[in-house]
Amino acid sequence: MTSPILEVHNLCKSFGGVVATDNVNLQVTEGEIHALIGPNGAGKTTLISQLSGLLTPDSGSIFFQGNDITGLPPYRFSQAGLARSFQITSVFQELSLQDNVALAVQAHAGHAFRFWRNARKDQALQKPALDYLSRVGLADRADWLASEVSHGERRQLEIAMALATDPVLLLLDEPMAGMGKDESAELIDILNRLRGTKTLLLIEHDMDAVFALADRISVLVYGKVIASGTPAEIKSDTRVRNAYLGEDDN
Amino acid sequence: MNPALKNTSTAWLSVVMVVLLAAVPYVLYVSGNTFWLDIFTRLVILAIAACGLNLILGLGGLVSFGHAAYIGIGAYAVGIPAYHETYGGLDAIASYNGFVHLGLALLTSAVFAFITGVISLRTRGVNFIMITMAFGQMMFYAIVSLETYGGDDGLTIDLRSELPLINLDSPLSLYGLCYVSLLVIVFFTYRIRHSRFGLTLQGAKSNEERMNAIGVNCYKYQLTAFVLSGVVCGYAGFLLGNFTTFISPEMMDWTRSGEIMFMVILGGAATLWGPVIGAIIFIVLEFVLSEYTVYWHLPFGLLLIFSVLFLRGGVTGALHRLGKPAVRSQS
Repeated sequence: MTSPILEVHNLCKSFGGVVATDNVNLQVTEGEIHALIGPNGAGKTTLISQLSGLLTPDSGSIFFQGNDITGLPPYRFSQAGLARSFQITSVFQELSLQDNVALAVQAHAGHAFRFWRNARKDQALQKPALDYLSRVGLADRADWLASEVSHGERRQLEIAMALATDPVLLLLDEPMAGMGKDESAELIDILNRLRGTKTLLLIEHDMDAVFALADRISVLVYGKVIASGTPAEIKSDTRVRNAYLGEDDN
Repeated sequence: MNPALKNTSTAWLSVVMVVLLAAVPYVLYVSGNTFWLDIFTRLVILAIAACGLNLILGLGGLVSFGHAAYIGIGAYAVGIPAYHETYGGLDAIASYNGFVHLGLALLTSAVFAFITGVISLRTRGVNFIMITMAFGQMMFYAIVSLETYGGDDGLTIDLRSELPLINLDSPLSLYGLCYVSLLVIVFFTYRIRHSRFGLTLQGAKSNEERMNAIGVNCYKYQLTAFVLSGVVCGYAGFLLGNFTTFISPEMMDWTRSGEIMFMVILGGAATLWGPVIGAIIFIVLEFVLSEYTVYWHLPFGLLLIFSVLFLRGGVTGALHRLGKPAVRSQS
């Protein structure tokens, strides 16, 4: 349980003159909920985009379950067992919730070169799809279009889709963004239930959520990890306090 | 919209189309209006091509502007072997045999679609439109440069493809073949749409980044759809060659690609019968408007703009919405 499942070595990424990721070293242990916090513009999303293959780092390496996956195309990251949700909700708006999840189930099942059989009547797809929907509390919305449900429900849908690819590690980019108190509490509950079965790397601004969920926390400031440790250690760390001084979002 | 309602209206539309396309031309033909059978044959062939384009445009969301090239390939796959059978040369393909023509049409379309698709599908949006159009024009000029087959002036097909059981010289048989082909292709696209493959294509159309994030490489699915789409248009070309018996590079000009695209968009991209309805509207407008003016493309263009602005899902989409509340209330 203590071996690092994700290891990031000396990762660097800059855009023009702006260094968004500056020599980042990070280890995520199997089974833990690891939160990544930091002030706005600290480079959290840039980092997670590199960890999901959407951005290629300038230098450094990413090891996942012992394999070097740096520079692979994004669909390979997912196939390796790294699923992500997006800060700005990204689902298939024109499809029903069930189709959204069914697509993720079928993506995990391998190729989709099946031209004839009706996928919507295919129990091998639809049963797990409904199952994942009910895990995030959306079973009663299964035949609604993704464009018809609320923002909070779409975020839950994202998590169902990420789960449907049966990932080893789940990367969640601000899952509570734009959610009300009740919805946040519901999502914290959903994520808490995943504890032990999945490894979670969570970017979050909502400090209540972070301290309610995280086993360990890493703090990113100006592209650098300035501290990493248990919630108690992070709370008492002076560098972290300084970095957050004047910030009003904690 | 409620999926059940949509299914019912699609089922009704299917019944209407199947009956209409069989009964009307037959009645007109036996009552002595042979000219109308020609109109209907052309309509059904164009509808097949539009269904082919719809596979990539409607289902895949990729606007290909070069699909007339496949119609030309299919037509020349009839014309060139027939030409050599009559005048000698190129013994390898010289033949009147319909299966040779058909095989050549489908194979050449598939190869051309594969090669151009491999390159075009690396681009998106306007670049994809331009590159597919460029490949279409490349094919156009390639045929123009073939002096043996008449170049610009075109080629007359002396004898139609010979097939067992069906005599393509009989207008009614030819129409029958086109009609059955259309139904088969519509049914085929219906199955594809609801299959895993179709779902993947629709996902890629809706949100490609998301598809990547769940571990799907969209490229190979889009390439498959592109090839399928080209092959269906190649088949339409095979039928068109046999129908007109005169083929020329003009039939693969980029404006022809545009016309097929209009049919799909006007009729309703991504709907089952949209391309067919688009082809019907196209033929009717061409027929009616060209009675009044040679500039009949102008009102046609205005209609297309109206459709894109106000009819979501084209004419078919509007038909499905008739009298039905489209927005679900939050509960």
